[in-house]
Amino acid sequence: MSADPRDEIVEHIPALRAFALSLTRNGAVADDMVQDTLVKAWTKIGTFEPGTNMRAWLFTILRNTYYSNRRKAGREVSDADGIFTESLSEKPAHDGRLQLADFRRAFVQLNDEQREALILVGAQGFSYEDAAETCGVAVGTIKSRVNRARARLAELLKLDDEDELEMTDQATMAVVAAGRAGGALG
Amino acid sequence: MGHTRRKDTGAEAIDENLRRVYQDMLEEKVPDRFLDLIAQLRAQDEGGEPTGGDSK
Repeated sequence: MSADPRDEIVEHIPALRAFALSLTRNGAVADDMVQDTLVKAWTKIGTFEPGTNMRAWLFTILRNTYYSNRRKAGREVSDADGIFTESLSEKPAHDGRLQLADFRRAFVQLNDEQREALILVGAQGFSYEDAAETCGVAVGTIKSRVNRARARLAELLKLDDEDELEMTDQATMAVVAAGRAGGALG
Repeated sequence: MGHTRRKDTGAEAIDENLRRVYQDMLEEKVPDRFLDLIAQLRAQDEGGEPTGGDSK
């Protein structure tokens, strides 16, 4: 009896949907992407190496679908239906915790590359290596994206109010300057 | 070092919120359309129909 790796695919659907929603910030688009991903994964199972990280393999298919669609559309898909920021259930905040709604509003302002790096490493718990392979970039690139994403969130959430000395001025200025340059050039 | 600790608190707050947001998404019920799709793909294989045959 040879185990069919495809039997495992169904277990990854919740993670695929979460990753898709993080990327697209749009529920309908996210679920269409998950559907495409499942069909592709099913038919291309031969390219999956048994024993390796299936979730990373599935995420790779999903993000390739996303970026291919984004290229065709010529822009990032926005949180058009507000599903990411508004419709998810809100849990009460406790002392010292951020309001989740504030966090979501800040999170959706990150660019695609920062969002996916942060989700993969910070939430999904991928190693930098798995995240790098999933995104098709160098490990150092992933680390830098995660750091920039965290710095940008801290900035948006004003977490650095009492921590002004924490991030060196140079680092802060570099992030700000990069943001401005990106805006001006992009 | 007080500074270091405060910095960590900021990073921890971010990661904790990130995990909560992600966990909320993970806990959403999988819509039937995906389970149906998997069942359909499986049936297609077991029925011996060539995949990608586009018989519809």
